[in-house]
Amino acid sequence: MSLAVQTFSSVRDASDALESEGIRYLGGGTLVVRAVNEGDVSITGYVRSTAPTLQTIDIAEGRATVGASVTMAAILAHVGLAGLHPVAKAVGGPAVRNMATVGGNLFAPAPYGDFTVGLLALDATVHSSDGDAPIEDFLAARNDRRKPDLVTAVSLDVPSAGVLRFLKVSRVKPRGVSVVTIAAALALDDAGKVSSARIALGCMADRPMRAHVAEQALIGRQLVKEEIREAVAVIGEGTNPVTDPVASAWYRSEVLPVHFSRLLLG
Amino acid sequence: MARVPVQFTLNGQDRAEFVESGVTLLHALRHTMGDTSPKAGCQQGTCGACTVIVDGELRLSCLTLAETCEGASIETAAGLANEGLLHPLQRAIVDGFAAQCGFCTPGMIMAAKTLLDHTPNPTRDDVVEAISGNICRCTGYEPIIQAVLTAAQSNSQKAG
Amino acid sequence: MEIRKDYFSDERNDDLHEIGHSRTRSDTPGHVTGKTAYFADRTFPGLLHLKMVRSPHHHANIRSIDVSEAEKHPGVVRVLTARDVPHNLYTILILIQVGPEDETVLADKKVSWKGEAVVAVLATSERAAQEGAAKVKVDYEVLPAVFDMEEALKPDAPLVNEHHPGNHYLYDSGDHRKVRFGDVEAGFAKADHILEQTYNSSPIEQAPLETTGCIVTPDGNDRFTCYTDTQAMFFTLDNASIILQMPGHKLHMVGGTVGGGFGGKVDVIVEPIAILAAKLTGRPVSFIYSREEEMQISSPRAAERIVIKDGVMNDGRLVARKVTGYTDAGAYSRHSPYGAQKGTAHYPGPYTIENVWIDTYCVYTNRTPSSAMRGFGVTIADFALEVQMDKLARLIGMDPLEFRFINAYRDGDMKAHRQPTEGAALIECMQEASRVADWPVADRFYEMSSRSREA
Repeated sequence: MSLAVQTFSSVRDASDALESEGIRYLGGGTLVVRAVNEGDVSITGYVRSTAPTLQTIDIAEGRATVGASVTMAAILAHVGLAGLHPVAKAVGGPAVRNMATVGGNLFAPAPYGDFTVGLLALDATVHSSDGDAPIEDFLAARNDRRKPDLVTAVSLDVPSAGVLRFLKVSRVKPRGVSVVTIAAALALDDAGKVSSARIALGCMADRPMRAHVAEQALIGRQLVKEEIREAVAVIGEGTNPVTDPVASAWYRSEVLPVHFSRLLLG
Repeated sequence: MARVPVQFTLNGQDRAEFVESGVTLLHALRHTMGDTSPKAGCQQGTCGACTVIVDGELRLSCLTLAETCEGASIETAAGLANEGLLHPLQRAIVDGFAAQCGFCTPGMIMAAKTLLDHTPNPTRDDVVEAISGNICRCTGYEPIIQAVLTAAQSNSQKAG
Repeated sequence: MEIRKDYFSDERNDDLHEIGHSRTRSDTPGHVTGKTAYFADRTFPGLLHLKMVRSPHHHANIRSIDVSEAEKHPGVVRVLTARDVPHNLYTILILIQVGPEDETVLADKKVSWKGEAVVAVLATSERAAQEGAAKVKVDYEVLPAVFDMEEALKPDAPLVNEHHPGNHYLYDSGDHRKVRFGDVEAGFAKADHILEQTYNSSPIEQAPLETTGCIVTPDGNDRFTCYTDTQAMFFTLDNASIILQMPGHKLHMVGGTVGGGFGGKVDVIVEPIAILAAKLTGRPVSFIYSREEEMQISSPRAAERIVIKDGVMNDGRLVARKVTGYTDAGAYSRHSPYGAQKGTAHYPGPYTIENVWIDTYCVYTNRTPSSAMRGFGVTIADFALEVQMDKLARLIGMDPLEFRFINAYRDGDMKAHRQPTEGAALIECMQEASRVADWPVADRFYEMSSRSREA
């Protein structure tokens, strides 16, 4: 059986078409075409939308709205999003970055989805044809949403370059699949003490997750070895890392504190 | 089976064919257009053997649907040699022993060509980054990196 | 590149015209232009695609197989089960009398590893073959499985393969291959130090960029052309001939252009069933592993466990070595009895040791069958041996390179497996390595020669 490709100019029409059984939204293809190639016969057709809003990056009053079809390469080409460049560059090789989209990355299962780890640390909002949701709520419910509404964009306060501490650990250099990905958005007060912290982890669960306990343990601390000890000790709290050909859950748990410590001190 | 028309330019030639709906660009190129230079190494977007250039951008043809390339300009390794004269990248790979089994070579060449098209004088790090989505399992990467740098040099000498 | 012609200069004329010169490989122009024809670069009208239904269990009895829904699926042309295979029991090395035949092409009664082939579905498109395969129903009775070699050798372990009682290969020498040289216990008794260490390795996938596969076309006259990426054309021809009970002259094998193999394409897996499918349908058939199949189904390098016990003197002489080696064949033999046997001869390493005792076992477990990969039976052994040599040098406080000079084999030395050493060049290689790596050793080692032994 061949797989029909339905192309719609409006988001609403594309969203409606997704209601049929087996129909999947085609973004960059790096998840859904891959699944079909691997023999996932539950997918019976593709829907895509050419709506211009999906491909737009809009920055106004310090807030960035990034369309779901925007690729990693497009983010890297946008000077206003320099704060996200290290995150976008961590995704795939050059060809994958030309294809992989922001919207697709939100649905990427571990060990993929590095960009979403960054978005989670930056407290992004996910916009869909059904409404808006904080990214953490979106991720919690992403696999069991009854109606497959279409993600249209993410928005976030524009991060200045360097605000987000980001580390993707791979075995293959310079670009490989993630062993663990860590993103930390930290604010420091005048005394150099952490006043707020949002830490996101990739590969430490089936999808990107917050490290709430470690975040709390960092508040009021300076980023020096002695003062981060408690946060490093609890960074694995609540994690349930994946085991895959890249690394076992045990290995991921072992190396997480080491890399977290380096990220904070580096 | 539902067949759909696709039209695009392949290595400068206008092509119009019917393909089965939902097939990948890789499949269409190899089995409908008769260009077998892109290879199916993993069909997961991991190995880079299927790498082609679509409208100047590097892409994995195994994850790109043929229907989404309507009207596009597609370049593959099969179109690089000019009337039998090898492209500097091809020449450098031949001379520098940068291919062994040859399966990664066409994809590797397209990744390197995209780099040289945009960055005529790349650093070694630029080259490593440019081919970071392409796996070679035989020769190792050193001769390949060296060949790309050699090709860049011979290009700039020609331009100079 | 620098060529040191002074070593062994009296053994040859200085008339090398090719060595040291760069020459264009004859196949590279085809590679860079995309013109090299790999087996899958061919397209045939009416091509059928073969998709294999595989065992989801490590070890299970097959109660029943129901292909009726699959046969009705649109696009499915034919479904093959064990009873379609003329001689459904084979082992690759039967060609050189290394039996018994121990593996089915398509399983009928039992599966012994997760991924074992059970049913082949042929359809007009890859997608239809996948859909058809999803409709095959196999009823399994799951059995206890064993994954560790030493567990598998215990008397109460589950029997992996009925052709190998005790879960080990039966050599003409018994349940293991052995080398006996000198008196190893006397050697240990006189040694100043004894070091016993265990080394373990995991299976390693060859991961060629081109996956295993073939395309077969019926040529009429009951002859078939098989375009394949096998690394072992004649193994493939002869085993296909046995499995299909078809004389070899009916099979035209075309290959030689391989997109990476590294030993991963030495088994005979895809060709016999694809030829059979082409014969039974009268149409061209393509059977190409997906990447997942290449990584999970094709034979990897065997896991090994190597126990090395060495006796060493304070002056650096190795006086005794006892090795017990285990090679994890997985569920079937393929090339592993041979790999395990290679290790037996290899464990002394390139060193002359007067007392040697070696036992190697080829063990069956419910893991993916292992087979050839770059120096199998030797590579992991070398890893273990050289780590052991470093540890021994450290134990007696000696420079690790000098330690190797002291024990290096020389021309004329008898090896433990009774082959006299000839053409040894280890001493000279180490002398040059010492200079190039700027790792100096005592003068007396630079005066050594592989061709003589100093008094």
